[in-house]
Amino acid sequence: MKINKIKILREGINSTFQDLGRSNFYHIGLPFSGAMDKRNYLIANKLVGNKNNEAVIEFAYQGPLIKIEGGNINFAISGDINFNIKKNGKLINGDCYKTYFLSKNDEIDIISTNNSVYGYFAVSGGFELKKNFGSFSTTVRASVGANNGNKISKNQNFFINDFGDNYINKSLKYINSKIEYIRILKGTNFNYFFEQSIKDLISKEFIVSKLSDRMGMRLKGPIIKNLKETNIRSEGLTKGVIQVPADGNPIIMLSDHGTIGGYPKIGAVISADYDRLAQTPSRKKIKFKLIELKEAEKLYKLYQMETENLLNQI
Amino acid sequence: MIKNILNLGDAALYCDFGNEVDQKTNIKVIKYFENIKKQNIYGINNLTPSYNKLIISFDLNVLNFTELKKKIEDIKISESDVKQNQKTIKIPTCCDDEFALDIERLSLKLNLTKKEILEKYFKKEYFCYMTGFIAGMPFLGDIDKKIRFQRLETPRVKVPKGAVGITEQFTNIYTFESPGGWNILGRTPIKIFDQLSEKQPTLINPGDKVLFYEINKKEYLKLNENK
Repeated sequence: MKINKIKILREGINSTFQDLGRSNFYHIGLPFSGAMDKRNYLIANKLVGNKNNEAVIEFAYQGPLIKIEGGNINFAISGDINFNIKKNGKLINGDCYKTYFLSKNDEIDIISTNNSVYGYFAVSGGFELKKNFGSFSTTVRASVGANNGNKISKNQNFFINDFGDNYINKSLKYINSKIEYIRILKGTNFNYFFEQSIKDLISKEFIVSKLSDRMGMRLKGPIIKNLKETNIRSEGLTKGVIQVPADGNPIIMLSDHGTIGGYPKIGAVISADYDRLAQTPSRKKIKFKLIELKEAEKLYKLYQMETENLLNQI
Repeated sequence: MIKNILNLGDAALYCDFGNEVDQKTNIKVIKYFENIKKQNIYGINNLTPSYNKLIISFDLNVLNFTELKKKIEDIKISESDVKQNQKTIKIPTCCDDEFALDIERLSLKLNLTKKEILEKYFKKEYFCYMTGFIAGMPFLGDIDKKIRFQRLETPRVKVPKGAVGITEQFTNIYTFESPGGWNILGRTPIKIFDQLSEKQPTLINPGDKVLFYEINKKEYLKLNENK
């Protein structure tokens, strides 16, 4: 029997296995986790012919250097990524949104993301991994998920499920969309803040701090001043919630967020804008726009339709 | 019993049980949590009970705020359903100087001896209001009024796994190494969250009673599961 196997020669930054995430464990403190950019995750899996909840490798800013140790692989990379492939000793530039077939001793060097944070590496058949709490998604902070809840590290080997060795030749023409604004809804403590600070929040620019990660995005910009109380009784959080601690610098909850928090919630990013928010790299500027719930629901339907259309084109 | 339901973002309900933080209010939250969980409503993907709030997250592909709000408002839970769980969990805790990181400072601030602080701490049985923030972390209360103190002004970057802390009326256990601002009184050798036991990963659950008892360093090392 042939064994399809890869070896990690360089781990890249924050490389983890992710799928669509894990439901129904907020009450014990386990966040949703899952791919930060859901659309790109789904596209990567579709390109290699997988079902839509197969684990892929997610990386941030720089991806792994991978060597095929045995057998063959079909892979695709999604996102805005700069990567090289070494095939039969020959170096070629890789294209995102396209499947490639590689054999033993070939290499993939995922060099960097361009003006974005996350990229996805999917293989036909998926990786041979164990689910934990119903999902492959790795939550490093709780040691939960595939790979014993750890980041992928150098010299690790991973096996790939049998995929029949058929070369799948698929591609998609897609340019990751950028939006001018991150749209938000009022938070449950919207009235805890000075009117001027609310104005600042929706009219001025914020810079994404380099302290951002899968847990949260920290912003620097005009100080958001609290007129009531800088702490509330700890309560549940969800993805996209914008908390403002005493120092006045907003923090947006991302996929690995703590399930409970005690800072006032000034707003929440709408679901339709979450992928694009997560892809905003540190030192870049973002601007917010306040909208109503009904509009957010419509925008989500639109986002969902666009995603379906893209998947249908593959 | 829910006073008000708001939206938290476009994919969650924020159920408000009032401003009170006491066991009576919290038990109502827990009852709603258990009832909704049992109903297995299609589209709900997470429930987060806390002291006096319940957040219900849902899949926007399946449900929307207005539809789910109606469903939740239709749930009737009578006051008589609200009773407490009776389970008591005992947590061994070592308070040697190397583990009681903040007791010296607390002793000065509260004007009590270390021994007095620990006596007051170990005397009471606590109630678990909620678990979360990090996996399995229990939020317990209420501690003796004389040993209540605010959290650290600058939180520690790393609080060790197993650390037992207090802040305001509450006490907790750090189930993983994590940043944190609670005043640390000791450390338990017992594993509070077991990621390999998927059916029951948490030792302490909302509604449970918890009793801490003091052990010495030798016993701590013998029991240590948090290596």
